[in-house]
Amino acid sequence: MSPTDTAATDTAMTPGLEHQAERARSRQGFLLGLPAIVYLVVFFVIPLGIVIAYSFATRTRSGRTEMTGWNLDAYHRLTEDIVRTVAWRSLWIAVLTTVLCLLLAYPLAFFISTRRPAIRNAMLVAVMIPFWSNFLIRTYAWRVLLDSDGLFTRIVEGAGLGDGRILFTNKAIILGLVYGYLPFMVLPLYAAIERIDWNLVEGARDLYASGWQAFRRVVWPLSRPGVVAGSILVFVPSFGAYVTPAILGGNKQGLMGSYIVDQFMDARNGPLGASLSVVVLGVMLICTLVYFRTGGRNL
Amino acid sequence: MSATSTSDTSGAVELHGVVKRFGDVVAVDDLDLTIADGEFFSLLGPSGCGKTTTLRMIAGLELPTAGSVRIHGEEMGLRPPNKRPVNTVFQSYALFPHMTVAANIGFGLEMQKVAKAERQERIDWAIELVEMGGMAGRKPNQLSGGQQQRVALARALVNRPEVLLLDEPLGALDLKLRQQMQTELKSLQREVGITFVYVTHDQEEAVTMSDRIGVMHEGRLLQVDGPEAIYERPTTRFVADFIGRTNFLEATVAGAGEIVLANGDRLRLASGIPEGTAVALTVRPERLTVHGRGEAPGDRHVVDGVVDHVVYLGNAIVYTVAIDWMRLEVRCPATLAGQRRDVGDDVSVSFDPEHASVIAD
Repeated sequence: MSPTDTAATDTAMTPGLEHQAERARSRQGFLLGLPAIVYLVVFFVIPLGIVIAYSFATRTRSGRTEMTGWNLDAYHRLTEDIVRTVAWRSLWIAVLTTVLCLLLAYPLAFFISTRRPAIRNAMLVAVMIPFWSNFLIRTYAWRVLLDSDGLFTRIVEGAGLGDGRILFTNKAIILGLVYGYLPFMVLPLYAAIERIDWNLVEGARDLYASGWQAFRRVVWPLSRPGVVAGSILVFVPSFGAYVTPAILGGNKQGLMGSYIVDQFMDARNGPLGASLSVVVLGVMLICTLVYFRTGGRNL
Repeated sequence: MSATSTSDTSGAVELHGVVKRFGDVVAVDDLDLTIADGEFFSLLGPSGCGKTTTLRMIAGLELPTAGSVRIHGEEMGLRPPNKRPVNTVFQSYALFPHMTVAANIGFGLEMQKVAKAERQERIDWAIELVEMGGMAGRKPNQLSGGQQQRVALARALVNRPEVLLLDEPLGALDLKLRQQMQTELKSLQREVGITFVYVTHDQEEAVTMSDRIGVMHEGRLLQVDGPEAIYERPTTRFVADFIGRTNFLEATVAGAGEIVLANGDRLRLASGIPEGTAVALTVRPERLTVHGRGEAPGDRHVVDGVVDHVVYLGNAIVYTVAIDWMRLEVRCPATLAGQRRDVGDDVSVSFDPEHASVIAD
């Protein structure tokens, strides 16, 4: 068919038709996304707006939050010693949890990604099995294990590793967090390592690199997007964790999560609770930005 | 130094009784091979013939199940790749995507702890050698396939290895570029004087570049010879068939330097094969000539037949001629349309017995 034939048929385009078709298509896409958009606006965007508004509101003597007289009082209170102590404690617990997860997960992810595909999949499923039962129940199970005559305590003391009674301490919190978030570290690491072309390692070995040098110079830098992704996935929820510290820390160790809950419930200080929430949110936002910038550089 | 010389001093690479098994699969089966110093040697064969495995055993990326690998007389044994005086150009290039061209090329020198000043000097030399000036700061993904190939080459050559191993390095390039790189690789090899061991499944590539070719099939080395000998004097049916096109005429050895074709014709051809053995006579299509029936000169062997098929190729014409018991492919220089044979023409096909090889089946 020659070009002049097409022009004569009824599929010929008249100016503007193309735009109309494109507009219709984008309208269709919007309609399909609408239920989710409505859901997110009602249950996420609006509540978030309320929290942000709260953080600038006034607390009355009776503990009510008045949405008048916008001020930064709640933010000024963030510099108080108690808040700084809680924030630091949350920060180092989250950092320690992240580092421990990374140290445990990297060798595991490396091992899994170098297995045969069948074994690889079985091991990935095994990593995800904990998700099949409720997080709360699993955390309570730790409480039983960590009890003064629990299995964990007896094994630690039986092995002569010192006092095994760590329940209601920071150690128990970190143990619980590492246990809960380890899969979030393993999976992105696995995805990153599995994608590395093994020829590159052979190339490095061929160019006089020892096994360790090949890891340091090739595998590690190329797996960095996974390291960053996993670290953020562990760090962010650890920093704001509430359930694990509440159950295993016995809530004696004030952490960000429980401190915020305390402000809303017991202290009846909505604005302070809200401003703390905004700060935690900010930390997470920065982490996410770091992730995209680091990830984007290497991909 | 003559490339095809069979000097009795130890070669650049020596393989003795090398076997490689992967589970039940024998990838390389009792391989003996000596590659001379400064030689451009190609391992040629179809995929899965064991040529890449052989190369990887020289590099140390794979360890032989049995046998010995020596480089300049030194037994390699269990030596890891980083302790061997060889470098590899990988089929996939294996350039480090997170490093610049200069960092890629300098990697081997850095690992060998070459001082920074000398390192820079040699990187510059290598970049110049492969004509990649001005690209030093680029990342591999900003380069074309041909440029990546050059970087991979520079990255290996910069270390001045005793032996350079190349695993189908041109496989990913398009035809034009591949032909250009063939010429460049060959002159590069002459320039640096390093022994090249080149793995390819492309017979034309092997014939164009190599001093000697080793043809592999199912883990075995079938024939090691110069390109011309491989083409003109194949010793096995596989080699004759794999390299170029050929005709196989079934025959029997009649003893005393004589063989009998399927139609009873006798040819004087020395073969050293015992009397009564079934053999095949292989003659390349371009070594056959088509004449009018009965017009063939007497000093050539002549078989009568009928033209069955004619294909015009521009620079050549390929006739398929049906003779009594088989079909022959004949390749002639293109002639004017009026002088061409047509389908159905009675013709005679002739060849000089000099150009035929006897192959034991």
